[in-house]
Amino acid sequence: MSELADHVLELIRRSSTDLSDDVEARIREARDTEDEGSTARSTFDVIIENIEIARSGGTPICQDTGLLSFYAHLPEGMDQGGVKEACIDAARRATAAGLLRPNAVNPITGKNSGDNIGEGLPYVSIEYHEGDELTIDVVQKGGGSENVGAQYRLPDPDLHAGRDLAGVEKCIMDAVFTAQGFGCSPGTIGVCIGGDRGGSLLGAKKQLLRRLDDTNPDPELAALEEKLYVNLNKLGIGPMGFGGKTTVLGVKIGFLHRHPASFFVSMAYCCWANRRRRLTVRGDQFSIN
Amino acid sequence: MAARKIELPTTEDVIRSLHIGDEVRLYGTVVTARDVAHKFMVEKRPDFLRPLLKGSVIYHCGPIVRKDGDEWKVVAAGPTTSSREEPYQADVIETYGVAGIIGKAGMGEKTSAGLKKSGAVYFHAVGGAGALLAKCVKKVKDVLMLDEFGSPEAFWVLDVEDFPTIVTMDSHGDSLHRKVLQESEANLRAML
Repeated sequence: MSELADHVLELIRRSSTDLSDDVEARIREARDTEDEGSTARSTFDVIIENIEIARSGGTPICQDTGLLSFYAHLPEGMDQGGVKEACIDAARRATAAGLLRPNAVNPITGKNSGDNIGEGLPYVSIEYHEGDELTIDVVQKGGGSENVGAQYRLPDPDLHAGRDLAGVEKCIMDAVFTAQGFGCSPGTIGVCIGGDRGGSLLGAKKQLLRRLDDTNPDPELAALEEKLYVNLNKLGIGPMGFGGKTTVLGVKIGFLHRHPASFFVSMAYCCWANRRRRLTVRGDQFSIN
Repeated sequence: MAARKIELPTTEDVIRSLHIGDEVRLYGTVVTARDVAHKFMVEKRPDFLRPLLKGSVIYHCGPIVRKDGDEWKVVAAGPTTSSREEPYQADVIETYGVAGIIGKAGMGEKTSAGLKKSGAVYFHAVGGAGALLAKCVKKVKDVLMLDEFGSPEAFWVLDVEDFPTIVTMDSHGDSLHRKVLQESEANLRAML
């Protein structure tokens, strides 16, 4: 057992049981905007009580502890050795400790591996970055929300959506409408404009690593995020699809350069239990936030 | 609106008195069943489930459980997406005399018709509230087909108390999900 694996195990424990402050703050704000006595408000009350119980009892927020994904960023030149192994080792131990439900099923035999380890699972992405620290982000995204993710190819004649930001907007409105309450709304919406098919879907997921209270450095995308946030909340789908003023908690948009012939728009939906945490390693200092 | 308390197993009269939007707290036995279990119930029609399900409630849930000595403890137990059981649900309700389903995100027209015909309702639990709903589980009474189906897919027989739900599909053919779909579609069209 490496020391890093111990810290990744703690990272999973935090992610699984202790919702990030920005997500919780947005949920509490949303609760107060819903009408008194409404189903939406009492639903938020249950959600908030659940967040508190999970944190104080150290139990998973949701029994679907999701598809476990790690995004590691290493300083240039650092040896990758041990990072992937630490993530796998920590996933196995977290499952044994009841922090994760066994969610790795072999699609051919139907057998659940029982320890969250399988072909391609847990997902571990390793990239280099300019910083001098090692960071490992964990994301636990529920299967129900994964199922409502979507990809569009512009132009889309059904939506009258062309190859521009207005077209992108229509795709996202349609995707969240189609999702209704199925993704455990209110969701956090990750969007990627462009890229190839696979890269675009992954790019949308990576947007979910952002904090809800950050601002997109690209002013045009920042404006689109704000516009979509306001308009999606006018759909009236509400928490759990019961109707209400809160359909999404946030919208995060990125882009990738595309082939001239292709214009993909991808949407990744994260359930209200937007479980993500980051482990930062600087020398022998470890911190989780 | 004060929540109604309903003891399980229950009767058709009680179920028929419920309407969409009613908040209900459930007390008594519920049985978890999800994808593999529903396919199994329809294809094999096992009799050992009959006494458990008559007048009782099926819960679409794959809980996280832990064994403490000889006893199972439920760690997290929120609802899973119900629509995957749409092909099977009306048949299962009729075959086993089930009084209700607990799940999330609602079900389709086939199930809606089945609820009306058999006198059953759909209780919506709050998705993602696995920690709170696990606290409502007072006891794991039994588990069936654990080795065959694996933990999330097994039939967990749970004793629950003060379990919070909202009726979103009733035995009169009404569905809150249908209503919200229609209203949000109108909102979408107004904005596009």
